[in-house]
Amino acid sequence: MRIEGHDFDLSALPGAVPALRATVDAAQWRTACCRIAGDGGRLVALWGSDGSETGNSLAVHAAYATPSGLMLITLPVSAGRYPDISDVFPAAIRMQRAIADLSGMAAAGAADDRQWLRHAAWSAGEYPLRKNFSARHPPAVPGTGGAAPQNAAAGMDAYPFVQVGGDGVHEIPVGPVHAGTIEPGHFRFSIIGERVLRLEARLGYKHKGIEKRFEQMDLIQGARLAGRVSGDSTVAYAWAYAMAVESAAAVTPPPRALWLRALLLERERIANHFGDLGFLGNDAGLAFGLAQFSCLKEDVLRLNETLFGHRYLMDVVVPGGVARDLGADGVNAVRAECAVLERAVATLRSVYDEHPGLQDRFIACGRVAPELAAQLGLIGFAGRASGLAWDLRVEYPCVPYGELDVNMVTHRNGDVAARVTVRFEEIAESLRLIRMILERMPLGAYAAQVPAVAAGALGTGWVEGWRGEVFIALEAGQDNRIRRLHPHDPSWQNWPLLEHAVLGNIVPDFPLINKSFNLSYSGHDL
Amino acid sequence: MYQILKQILKTGIKTEAVPQPDEALRATTRRLQAAVLERFAGALTIRHVDAGSCNGCELEINALNNPYYNLEGLGIKFVASPRHADLLLVTGPVSRHMETALQRTYEATPEPKLVVATGDCGCTGGIFGESYASCGRVGNVIPVDVAVPGCPPTPYAIIQGILTAISISKAGTAGR
Repeated sequence: MRIEGHDFDLSALPGAVPALRATVDAAQWRTACCRIAGDGGRLVALWGSDGSETGNSLAVHAAYATPSGLMLITLPVSAGRYPDISDVFPAAIRMQRAIADLSGMAAAGAADDRQWLRHAAWSAGEYPLRKNFSARHPPAVPGTGGAAPQNAAAGMDAYPFVQVGGDGVHEIPVGPVHAGTIEPGHFRFSIIGERVLRLEARLGYKHKGIEKRFEQMDLIQGARLAGRVSGDSTVAYAWAYAMAVESAAAVTPPPRALWLRALLLERERIANHFGDLGFLGNDAGLAFGLAQFSCLKEDVLRLNETLFGHRYLMDVVVPGGVARDLGADGVNAVRAECAVLERAVATLRSVYDEHPGLQDRFIACGRVAPELAAQLGLIGFAGRASGLAWDLRVEYPCVPYGELDVNMVTHRNGDVAARVTVRFEEIAESLRLIRMILERMPLGAYAAQVPAVAAGALGTGWVEGWRGEVFIALEAGQDNRIRRLHPHDPSWQNWPLLEHAVLGNIVPDFPLINKSFNLSYSGHDL
Repeated sequence: MYQILKQILKTGIKTEAVPQPDEALRATTRRLQAAVLERFAGALTIRHVDAGSCNGCELEINALNNPYYNLEGLGIKFVASPRHADLLLVTGPVSRHMETALQRTYEATPEPKLVVATGDCGCTGGIFGESYASCGRVGNVIPVDVAVPGCPPTPYAIIQGILTAISISKAGTAGR
């Protein structure tokens, strides 16, 4: 079919989210991108693939969110280069650098062509996601760095950070091992006095070959790995993965399974918002907040364990449905929990709102103006705190969200205070959704058989996790195996915004600003 | 302020109010507290190192400090520098990009030091295994005293792991 404004044919992909796909040439790659941007679309993900096993070439793929749904555009790449789109969608910069590191295709004309995910585990000129690159390469030799091609430390230190010059400017390097219980990454602050002039992040420390690992698995095994791309978003990833497999197999899970998935997703959202609201209070000097919210979170986790057998709900969402049903006792327990949580959150919200010390730290701190957020493509709850009305549960509601009429929470201030407010309001909304799910959830089977998937079948999954939209693109191989799978974390879009949010703030406010976003390192580093 | 005090009173002391299934936890934490008092002059310090986890283990390590488990109440504190640490709590398969950082963190920790590898990945490499980008289990990179399985291990399992590490060190059988 044709879509107005595009000069190529698109075909529909089956699945829970509306998706169209097309293969284009280099000129159309650019024109399609510009057209989508002009229509108010956004870049969801960008990834490379190697079709050599099936006699195809290298290719680069883009997923865009457009008013008519997801648009997947594939460009076969012959000479190792494809047109840059980072001038249209700045979020593409790091994704293009990652494609160059992993698949060996360069964005011609991109302003920033430094390495991104590659440090020293493999050398330039080697591309892990090429089919001729062995996952076992280099052979793992314990304690020697696996015969890494060069000194690992030298590889890290050689990264060309942007230097800020001038009188009184100095640098603070932070990480990869941080002072708290958080994930590893490196932050290079250029400061004058206490003010941040520039922050440059260096990520990729957690790169553990997830995409290559998927290619050693079949579609059933892959579900477990998908749930461990970013542990705090395990439900969102598992659902997106299941959606992708079901889309490739052209099956629809039973309705009850979909309603249960939404219940799990909202529970995950609540638990994560609780954790972060606690830490945000603590980082601003209100230990009371951490104690209170971490109790509430623990209560949610314990009920998860009782009802679904896992505190973080790992492996509960599986292709075809869910692994466990919820009985009448479970429904009552969740309902009772909702009542308790609603009261507690209302009390804590008024404490946070009326605490002058806390508000003094939150307001105007780490601000991302709506214009900048729109330009750079901030997504998820952070985007909604900067005035961007993007929420898949509202824009492209799959079952059961279409029936739930989700109220999207948005604010315009874009500061830590706005992100705190959005989290409070999203908790209230999720509790309302959970009550509705318990009331209206249809009876019946909670899982269906997924038939074998034909080699070459494509599938996509797209789920609004607590942090933002989680996207998965799948290409099935022979014998129900995974030929290529790209999991995409919303942190790809949001990490660059953190560098803008801290500008002009003082260094001691960085932990607070960072926590207000709480981005995933693992989901980004892959 | 009135509201904060009211909420604190209403919440009560969660640490003592552990529900029935956690009776074992209470016994373990008592033993742990006794061991910390005896062996570490009442204060055991832990440096957490994420060497490449999916961040699931970090969620449970953070949970250790919630009022239910109240690890700090036992004299166990998470510190910001390995130079201040008695014990390293390491999560994840060790990614090759974190290998050097983990080794340096280990070297920066003063002797005698204990290492607890946390989670299935830390124990065996887990679902990520060994590859071009992953060194696999923590023991492939630094000496490990105790490995705590689980995906992620519950706070209770981590507490037991820490207690086991202390007991090993007391018996003088730490493998180094």
